[in-house]
Amino acid sequence: METLRSDPPLTLRQTGPGVVHLVSTAAGPLGGDHLDLTIDVAPLTSLSVFSVASTLALPGRSLLTVTARVGSGASLHYSPEPIVLADGCDLRVQVRLELAPDASVFWREELVFGRHGEPSGRCHTRLDATVGGVPLLRQELVIGDPATHDSPAVFGTAHCAGSTLLTGDLPRERHLADGCAVLPLAGPGTLVSALAPDTVELRRRLEWGERLADKTLP
Amino acid sequence: MSANHEDHHHAPDGHGRALRLGIGGPVGSGKTALVAALCRSLGPSLRLGVVTNDIYTTEDADFLRRAGVIDADRILAVQTGCCPHTAIRDDIAANIDAVETLEERFGPLDLVIVESGGDNLTATFSRGLADRQIFVLDVSGGDKVPRKGGPGVTAADLLVVNKTDLAPMVGADLTVMSRDAAKVRDGKPVLFTSIREDKGAHSVAEWVVGIVDTWQHQHAHTV
Amino acid sequence: MHGDMAMLLLADSRLPAGGHAHSGGAEEAVRVGAITGPEDLARFLRGRLATAGVVTAALAAAACEVGSNPQPGRWQRLDAEADARISSPAQREASRTQGRLLVRTTRRIWPSESLETLAQAVPDGAHHPVALGAAAAAAGCEPRQAALAAAYTSVTAPATAAVRLLGLDPVLVHRLLADLAPALNDAAHEACVIQADDWSDLPAHAAPALDLLAEQHLRTEVRLFVS
Repeated sequence: METLRSDPPLTLRQTGPGVVHLVSTAAGPLGGDHLDLTIDVAPLTSLSVFSVASTLALPGRSLLTVTARVGSGASLHYSPEPIVLADGCDLRVQVRLELAPDASVFWREELVFGRHGEPSGRCHTRLDATVGGVPLLRQELVIGDPATHDSPAVFGTAHCAGSTLLTGDLPRERHLADGCAVLPLAGPGTLVSALAPDTVELRRRLEWGERLADKTLP
Repeated sequence: MSANHEDHHHAPDGHGRALRLGIGGPVGSGKTALVAALCRSLGPSLRLGVVTNDIYTTEDADFLRRAGVIDADRILAVQTGCCPHTAIRDDIAANIDAVETLEERFGPLDLVIVESGGDNLTATFSRGLADRQIFVLDVSGGDKVPRKGGPGVTAADLLVVNKTDLAPMVGADLTVMSRDAAKVRDGKPVLFTSIREDKGAHSVAEWVVGIVDTWQHQHAHTV
Repeated sequence: MHGDMAMLLLADSRLPAGGHAHSGGAEEAVRVGAITGPEDLARFLRGRLATAGVVTAALAAAACEVGSNPQPGRWQRLDAEADARISSPAQREASRTQGRLLVRTTRRIWPSESLETLAQAVPDGAHHPVALGAAAAAAGCEPRQAALAAAYTSVTAPATAAVRLLGLDPVLVHRLLADLAPALNDAAHEACVIQADDWSDLPAHAAPALDLLAEQHLRTEVRLFVS
């Protein structure tokens, strides 16, 4: 690994060859925090990013930006633990994925609408993924807006939402189960999208979809 | 009107395209059975396409495919959003799209049949969709139906009264139906059939062959 | 110019472009019990407007602007931006079907370079909001009018479908639509904030439940609506 640089409250630790864990060294994103993560995966290399625990978004405005560039023939696996949106948080997440045409990506995001028994904080996420400069997926989610949050069109009665974007050499098959869909995109990629009542079920649904989207997954 | 070549389907004079025949009528009168019968009788001599407007899902299209009277790919189903007559009269876009898709895939065709979803006596086809239309009644609806009229009964190019085999059982008087229909239809033809007994609906098929011939003489490509 | 009149025609559910057979997910939501009455419907419509409605409005506004200087490459790039914002294949298909029918209808009503170039650039059917914007340009609308028409039809179609499917009081449902007026204005406003040739930042609000409903709807045997 060429460079690994981080500052609290987010620390990066190399835990194996091509494996990095995000470690929260303070109660993470607080009001006023601006966390910035940049990932560069060089051509023909591979990197996996995990986190040791879920991230708790605390009350106040905070911003998390993630930029990942994945080079030709390279692969990136990104599956941190969920972000829990505590009541009163106001988190903005901006993710930008710039992928080479033959890059292979597994990008999972999970959001939990509030700690147990509390209403969800607010969160606005945006993911922009391009392949060779052509848009593959642009997706915003607005969580915790009282006007729309519990709409049967948006999250319904779910307490968690998650998605996994996969690119690479994948079958273009659609699958559907309770609360989870495997959605081949118009471009070269597949989105697994799930809603669930709790985090265990969310993960189970996403993993079900991920294995159908990429049959080489364990 | 643009002069774009792709728009020849909309040519009001109908040159270079199949005759579009609408088949309408109340629920259960035998529209799908008539379409199947016409496919049976005309399939060997005419190049056909069929568009169904099911109320629910693709049941009629599936029936026709199972009946094996026409190549399954030549049947397209259109959904009508709870409003079967809207799809054949007020907003014909999806039906036109289906007709043209068939013509593009299998053309040139001689005849495209558009079967409406079962509706009431006021449902008629827009002239933007159907060049000619058949309205199908059955005797069990009662022998007063022709007398009551309604746009379907009065305006259709052909009125078909189906299930004549049931007439004695439901107490329908075919003479009354025939006389009343003639009165409200201003001389336009009426045919009585029992598709259950005549699987090819031959009298209707003969009429259809006649209108296809006339259409093709009138609309032959003149280069 | 004649933009106001054209906007009314484009937003009218009687526009003969096949819109009457689309429920925007409402049919499946009714089937699975997510919409059972006016309260659910109101929340459904508000959520749909804030997600699919805003995105549709933004794409329509952008398309209306393209329509004033139409080039095949611009249509294709904008259509690709629509593709990237619709992750459900079922919804992409429904959007392209509606777009194709809309172009077919409107190019006869408003013959124009805008619609001809779009039909040639995206021959299998442009996405519905792109087609709507192109038609709006052809009819003399401003981008804001295109956005309003798009946002409006994104809620009127499911509202009408719910009236038919659940037998709801149509007056009550129209009151729900009237209540959406401020949100509708906001959606059209948000749609017109960015008007340059770089469409990467256009709104991209997703609705995970709508995606699931759309995919489930295709697998449902008995359905009255296309989407």
